[in-house]
Amino acid sequence: MNESLFINIIIGISIASVPLMFAAIGELLVERSGVLNLGVEGMMIVGALLGFVVMSHTQNPYLAVLAAMAGGMAIASIFAFLTQFLLTNQVATGLALTLFGLGFAAFAGRGYTEETIQLITAVPIPYLSDIPYLGPLLFSFNPLVYLAFFMVYLVWWFLFRTKQGLILRAIGDNHDAAHAIGHNVVRYRVMAILFGGAMAGIGGAFLSLVQVPIWGEGMTAGRGWIALGLVVFASWQPFRIIFGAILFGGITILQIHAQGLNINVSAQYLSMLPYLATIVILVSLRMRLKNKTNRTVPNCLGRIFHSTT
Amino acid sequence: MKYQLEVSNITKSYGDLKANDNVSLSIKDSSIHALLGENGAGKSTLVKIIYGSLTPDSGEMKWANNKYSPKSPFQARENGIAMVFQHFSLFESLTVEDNIILGLDGVGLNENFSEQIIKYSKQYGLDINPQQVVGDLSVGARQRVEIIRCLMQNPKLLIMDEPTSVLTPQEVADLFVTLKKLAADGCAILYISHKLEEVREICSEATILRGGKLVQSCIPQEHSQKELAEMMIGKKLTELARTNITIGETIFSIDNLSRKSDDIYGVNLKNIALKMSKGSIVGIAGVAGNGQDELMELLIGEIPSPKATLNFNGQDIGLLNSHERRQLSMFFVPEERLGHGAVPDMSLDENMLLSRPDSTEMTSRDVIDWEKVAVHSKTVIDTFDVQTPSSKMLAKSLSGGNLQKFMVGRELIQNPELLIVAQPTWGVDAGSANNIHQALIELADKGSAILIISQDLDEILSLCEQIHVLSEGQLSDAVDMKSKGLEKISQLMVGGKV
Amino acid sequence: MIKLIPRVENSTVMVLLSPLLALTLTALSAYLIFVFVLVDIPVSSVFFTLFVEPLIDSYYFSELLVKAAPLMIIGLGLSIGFRAGIWNIGAEGQYVMGGIAGSAVGLYFYNVEALWLLPLMTIAGILGGMFYAGIAAFLRIKYQVNEILVTLMLTYVAVLFLSAMLQGPLRNPSGFNFPESRIFHDSAMLPIIWEGTRLHIGLIVAIILSFVAWFGIKKHMFGMQIKISGSAPRAAKFAGFDDNKTVWYSLLISGGLAGLAGLFEAAGPAGQLTPGLPQFYGFTAIIVAFLARLHPVGVLFSALLIALSYVGGENVQIEYNLPSSITQIFQGMLLFYFLACDILIKYKVVSFKTKN
Repeated sequence: MNESLFINIIIGISIASVPLMFAAIGELLVERSGVLNLGVEGMMIVGALLGFVVMSHTQNPYLAVLAAMAGGMAIASIFAFLTQFLLTNQVATGLALTLFGLGFAAFAGRGYTEETIQLITAVPIPYLSDIPYLGPLLFSFNPLVYLAFFMVYLVWWFLFRTKQGLILRAIGDNHDAAHAIGHNVVRYRVMAILFGGAMAGIGGAFLSLVQVPIWGEGMTAGRGWIALGLVVFASWQPFRIIFGAILFGGITILQIHAQGLNINVSAQYLSMLPYLATIVILVSLRMRLKNKTNRTVPNCLGRIFHSTT
Repeated sequence: MKYQLEVSNITKSYGDLKANDNVSLSIKDSSIHALLGENGAGKSTLVKIIYGSLTPDSGEMKWANNKYSPKSPFQARENGIAMVFQHFSLFESLTVEDNIILGLDGVGLNENFSEQIIKYSKQYGLDINPQQVVGDLSVGARQRVEIIRCLMQNPKLLIMDEPTSVLTPQEVADLFVTLKKLAADGCAILYISHKLEEVREICSEATILRGGKLVQSCIPQEHSQKELAEMMIGKKLTELARTNITIGETIFSIDNLSRKSDDIYGVNLKNIALKMSKGSIVGIAGVAGNGQDELMELLIGEIPSPKATLNFNGQDIGLLNSHERRQLSMFFVPEERLGHGAVPDMSLDENMLLSRPDSTEMTSRDVIDWEKVAVHSKTVIDTFDVQTPSSKMLAKSLSGGNLQKFMVGRELIQNPELLIVAQPTWGVDAGSANNIHQALIELADKGSAILIISQDLDEILSLCEQIHVLSEGQLSDAVDMKSKGLEKISQLMVGGKV
Repeated sequence: MIKLIPRVENSTVMVLLSPLLALTLTALSAYLIFVFVLVDIPVSSVFFTLFVEPLIDSYYFSELLVKAAPLMIIGLGLSIGFRAGIWNIGAEGQYVMGGIAGSAVGLYFYNVEALWLLPLMTIAGILGGMFYAGIAAFLRIKYQVNEILVTLMLTYVAVLFLSAMLQGPLRNPSGFNFPESRIFHDSAMLPIIWEGTRLHIGLIVAIILSFVAWFGIKKHMFGMQIKISGSAPRAAKFAGFDDNKTVWYSLLISGGLAGLAGLFEAAGPAGQLTPGLPQFYGFTAIIVAFLARLHPVGVLFSALLIALSYVGGENVQIEYNLPSSITQIFQGMLLFYFLACDILIKYKVVSFKTKN
């Protein structure tokens, strides 16, 4: 295999895996706080749309990414309000969020389906990217790719190296006890949900600002759901998200290259791969764990917290 | 001697219910002060007000002679008030160290904290390893974690909510040593309990609540246990006694029953064996978390066991599910009321159907006859004096005592040949507990067998003729109570041999 | 300050009032959106087209019923599973698989006209959906894999599978390479119950099924098993119910009904297997089930309401050139408001003053 093909594959994998990484690391923090938000797909698509719209009007990538984060947070705030203050069922509310997000994005984005924008391109880091082999491999990605890795690190650092992170994990483990010793369960959860929204928003925007220069209805194509699967796959451990996301990125790229190589299988079957891989990986994870209870599952995941005091 | 905390005329209502009605109490510094009362007497409400998690409707408090009105537990802790909760506020998946840090304001993660924990644990003789995960700890060890967490705040007042209810006799003795040392060091202790013997042993003062009102403040040593009990309950209790003990042939036996727990925090059961006869009340004592839940699941039939490990009336029943066992006249009352013995969000009528042998005719070929169901639930409610406006009420709306009476009643109206009951009076007020014990005794007098699994040693001692101890998943032989019975039980409870 | 206090008994008044409140709030919000978005069109006439016209025009009304039938059938199955706490949210995939399986039978006998053909197709459709949902049940029981993710992933797979089938074995050999199947002949098509419209027997089947489900939920221990398993799993074991069976029942029933709806769509309004078979019914039925508060008879009504939004949405699309996604927004909002208003059933809202 020649060098440039190899690097192209690496870049392809990174581009395919980064949206998942963003969305999954956000959801990981949310689930660590004991909240299950099934609305990732909805938040991603809204992020994808807003990023695209702002980019097409301002041509400013910074504003576009910020808008995507704000969009994700805005619709996450609906979920936060309903589940944390009106105590609605998290599964139902998350589904509603996805359905609403898909509908809203399709409605609001109807004027943009014909447009194209300038993609956010890779920025090779000066000097470092000139190092032979390592340079193109490590230092010439899109800035958002670095941001994704950094966010994973940041979430890990927050969860395991700060008091607030400890409190957030404690709330996910036992919200009644956390409340009893005086921690504000709802405030932590609302913040976590908003963070999850922002991350899903960037993840979505990566699709419309980096992967392809267009906007299309349903362009997230289930990535929000795959991100949810990744969180389970990662056993709620931040760094495993990277591994999982790259695995999926690899499968996606494999599928695209296989189609290019004229392998004698219909395109549809190859396109099924990422979805089937999600299932296979979840199953294999369980086979590895055998009968052991998974200690990392946040105990309060999906449970409603209501304090009478 | 001065007062550390003075509480005056506190009132707190929930709707029509006055949880605290004009309650006052004063705690001297360096004293151990008992707060006595039944469930629902208003102890928890009062304590939550002192600890800042509730605000009173009226009344005021003074802390070391200054006005004190905490808005949150944080403020209470700032003032030097610490609390050990009855249902521990611990986080199972986190380490001891993390758990302690979580309860301490202003302590970050970067300090080298383990050493300090070890220092405190040595100072007060509370053995603990900071790096262990709390989920792996015994109940007694968990309580030590809670206490150290409180002590590290250097409190002036330590509130302890029913601290001994889950401890072995030895652990209780150790705890008392710690508490006395604390009081001597200048920390006042508010000791909440309904165990009068303990209160008379270590408390210098007692405040008694009943129905949200203050009954009396007194010096506990000046009153007999019986007097204190009657102040607490407000009426006289029936003496429990069996009128007819006729032990018949063997009705139920457990033989070589083992189980590997599927929960990482669970206990493995090893070669459990037990025989019980008609007309007998058999008790299994032991501290919580020694395999009681795992054993109960097998006895109920929620998890099947090898066919011959359980035998009822000559029939091997290991593989039968709970419904099939009920058809044979075995009935069960599990420990956990909400979510196990009853569905919280369903009406009492619907909850009747959890236990529905064909003989009740509540169902025929699985089609439900709701009128029959209502008749049965009315019988239970009337016979066992369950306080509820109707059988349409949700199970979760009943008080613990009332729901327990309903659950015990639901099984008793079937006239079980064998009743297996776990923690029959856990969290139940003394009056209801008395009724439940009476009903169990009457059932045994009629010739049925009863198996009681309980952490409450007093309960076991007062009801059972045959006592076993469950420790670390192993069941002892029946303890010979004729000489030094209690001593043997204590020893068995901490895993010793007799 | 506002505070929520749990009720001791669910409020019966609120059980009836909260959906009305949710509907009113949705209508108000929709109104506001229209006022902002539609500058030059009178909002009242859009409202009329959206919500009233489908009810008074007989053709539109028949279309409303055509769309309501699959929503009812899928919604019924989902409402049973959701009660048990089994979140089958990939009914869309089971619907597609049912459609493929049933159609495949019809297409295999494309030259056979017989009375047994339609029943055979129906059975194949149900089995197709059951099989597909059964995968999720198997994985959940054997490997504790979350059924939400499995059913969803399988939905994407099903849609791709449909496309592969229509370009491969099920493509009409004389169809100029269009990805469509042969058109079904009469004995492979559902009987029409309203002459001159597309309304087929599926509606009657849905109504019958709804009453069967009502009996099962209300009068039979099956319903208790489902409800108790969903509400308190340990209590279900205490009662002697097998939790694995509950998972199987929930997924097989909801999958089977989704498959039935898929076959009815192919052998009904479509008359052939096309890439247009998936119409989001499987997802919308989730809303239908929740709006009905998982009540089997309620599903009939909520399906009609949602079908109204479908037909109304199509009408405004045609008449005012508005996007049909407005339907989805409307449905999403309705579900949000509905979930939010339901808090009034379980909790009392009390306002109180904070003291200093």
